[in-house]
Amino acid sequence: MCAGWWGAEPMEAFTRLDAVAVPMARPNIDTDQIIPARFLSRPREVDHGQFLFHDARRLPDGEQNPEFPLNRPEWQSARIVVGGRNFACGSSRESAVWALFDAGFRCAIAPSFGDIFRNNGMKNGLLPVVLPAEVVEAIIAQLEAEPGARIGVDLPTQTVTAPDGSVHSFEIDPFAKHCLLNGLDDFGLTAAYEEDIAAFERRYGRENTL
Amino acid sequence: MSEPIGPRTMFEKIWSRHRVTEREDGQTLLYVGRHLLHDGGATAFDVLRRRGLKPRAPDRIFATPDHYVSTASRKVEEIEDPRHREMVEKLARNTAEHGIRQFGLGDPNQGIVHVVGPETGLSQPGILLVCGDSHTSTHGALGALAFGIGSTEVAHVLATQTLWQRQPKTMRITVDGTLGPQVTGKDVILAIIARISAAGATEHVIEFAGSAIRGLSMEGRLTLCNMSIEAGGRAGMVAPDETTYAYLAGRAYAPKGAEWDQAVARWRQLPSDEGAVFDTEVTLDGNAIQPMVTWGNSPEDALPIDGVVPDPAAAPDAERREQMERMQAYMGLTPGMPLTDIGIDRVFIGSCTNSRIEDLRAAAAVARGRKVAEGVLAWVVPGSEPVKRQAEAEGLHEVFRTAGFDWREPGCSMCLGTNGDIARPGQRVASTSNRNFMGRQGPGARTHLLSPAMAAAAAVTGRFTDVRRLVGG
Repeated sequence: MCAGWWGAEPMEAFTRLDAVAVPMARPNIDTDQIIPARFLSRPREVDHGQFLFHDARRLPDGEQNPEFPLNRPEWQSARIVVGGRNFACGSSRESAVWALFDAGFRCAIAPSFGDIFRNNGMKNGLLPVVLPAEVVEAIIAQLEAEPGARIGVDLPTQTVTAPDGSVHSFEIDPFAKHCLLNGLDDFGLTAAYEEDIAAFERRYGRENTL
Repeated sequence: MSEPIGPRTMFEKIWSRHRVTEREDGQTLLYVGRHLLHDGGATAFDVLRRRGLKPRAPDRIFATPDHYVSTASRKVEEIEDPRHREMVEKLARNTAEHGIRQFGLGDPNQGIVHVVGPETGLSQPGILLVCGDSHTSTHGALGALAFGIGSTEVAHVLATQTLWQRQPKTMRITVDGTLGPQVTGKDVILAIIARISAAGATEHVIEFAGSAIRGLSMEGRLTLCNMSIEAGGRAGMVAPDETTYAYLAGRAYAPKGAEWDQAVARWRQLPSDEGAVFDTEVTLDGNAIQPMVTWGNSPEDALPIDGVVPDPAAAPDAERREQMERMQAYMGLTPGMPLTDIGIDRVFIGSCTNSRIEDLRAAAAVARGRKVAEGVLAWVVPGSEPVKRQAEAEGLHEVFRTAGFDWREPGCSMCLGTNGDIARPGQRVASTSNRNFMGRQGPGARTHLLSPAMAAAAAVTGRFTDVRRLVGG
């Protein structure tokens, strides 16, 4: 209908990605670890990649921990993170997605995600892929056995190709898929429902005291 | 779009009532009845500005600064860190520019957004409420559908007063029985998360039910629903009942007069119908729940106070063993150590989980006539200005001060330390907040979650202590 009257701000589209994947097998990696709270006052324009796992990747003395996956040379170019159960749980901070995105990540694979992170990812061009726990475990084992191995992610066919060549299907909300494939955010889509919203407001306003 | 036939859950009733439209692919456009803002949400206004948009329904939006405010002063200009000060100032500017009601610093209603909403009567049964904070689940305690969203979604709600969502699954957690002395909403939710795990309710909306839940005060229910997100659930709710109506009656934004009667009549229709079906059912025995303390870095790592630090060698699998070893190294704990042998450095009584008047009364009852143990730094941070005024009217601040606690100004404070209130590396904190994540209360800080009474017991003994040994029921 009146597409565009919300103004345009395209999201980066996601179609296919073949990239180095970094394994982070631990369960419950929370968004406080992904980006500590003291960096949350930074505006979006700031490169959030510098804050990614800021404390987790350092030793108590402040030096980089050479053992931390993101600090290892083989995984410097990773654009996919394969995480454990309940990846990115906790705080709703969208800067957890920005930190991953600005560090080059475009896809996160895990057996389950924090729901809010999952939504935030889909609205920022970072594809969250849920695969069965045993599949994720197998992929992590392959990535750890061969650091720097690549994974293929194909959104149109909703498949992940593991380093060993095995292909795994994943589910994604059709609406989110459409938005990601076309780099759309939902402001423009919502604009098409202006009349429905206005009608709802008239009805709802009558029934509810503010 | 057809209504489900037969009995419906409370969640389904609220969801369908706020549905503007539903696409064939299942995405539903929901109308947001109430939108709460805090000082961490400047980005959303930046998005609006770049797009030339304005808030669609400013009268449905309310704001208060909490994340970045100082707990030492009420003056914006006394916030030391310019970045923090800027966040508080931005909220004031953005809300003033768009005609949004802000309970700013110095306003008699300022406080933690999840304390302010229920306290002012803005949070009501049957409404759809969102806020750019994961602990928005708190407001479900009044029988609202309330959940946290990210900043892009906040911008979308500002511009359109709506949100695209896919209908989540439903989970009913039934806790029957009678809670023992000093067993609180905090202990109930920690026991639940220990049972179902930190991902146990992922993709679900939780309804808490059963006699032990109905027996909780509104404060207890707010604590319970607050930590739904720590079980993975976006939202948690408790059916409204006489406790809810008694709590809401007379509050500033609650309906008045004939409108109140109409509202209560409407709210009485909200509870889940007899025979309503939930996707997942969980039951716990309320009689068996003990005062709880966490030992690890996820709220699921919670044990009754008479427990011992678990042995990784007994873990069910290698992954859990490795995780337990890493957490115990971070937390500086050894397997087999009784929880009551763990000494503490700091105490934080506060946060959107446990900073309400009932929480402060419970902590004060333990602190009264006792002293904070030597070497322990103990803080009480009331959740809001009204909580602070009420506590001071009851003399609780004097009880705390006499015992050696610091009595501070309302805000999120040490829960996540965005305002600079953090613990030093290695310091062990007995905290009434909601997350014991690594680094949550400062790099290297060690957080243990527990109830306000248990936190006060830790403060006066210098270690985790079964509060039932200090005070009777």
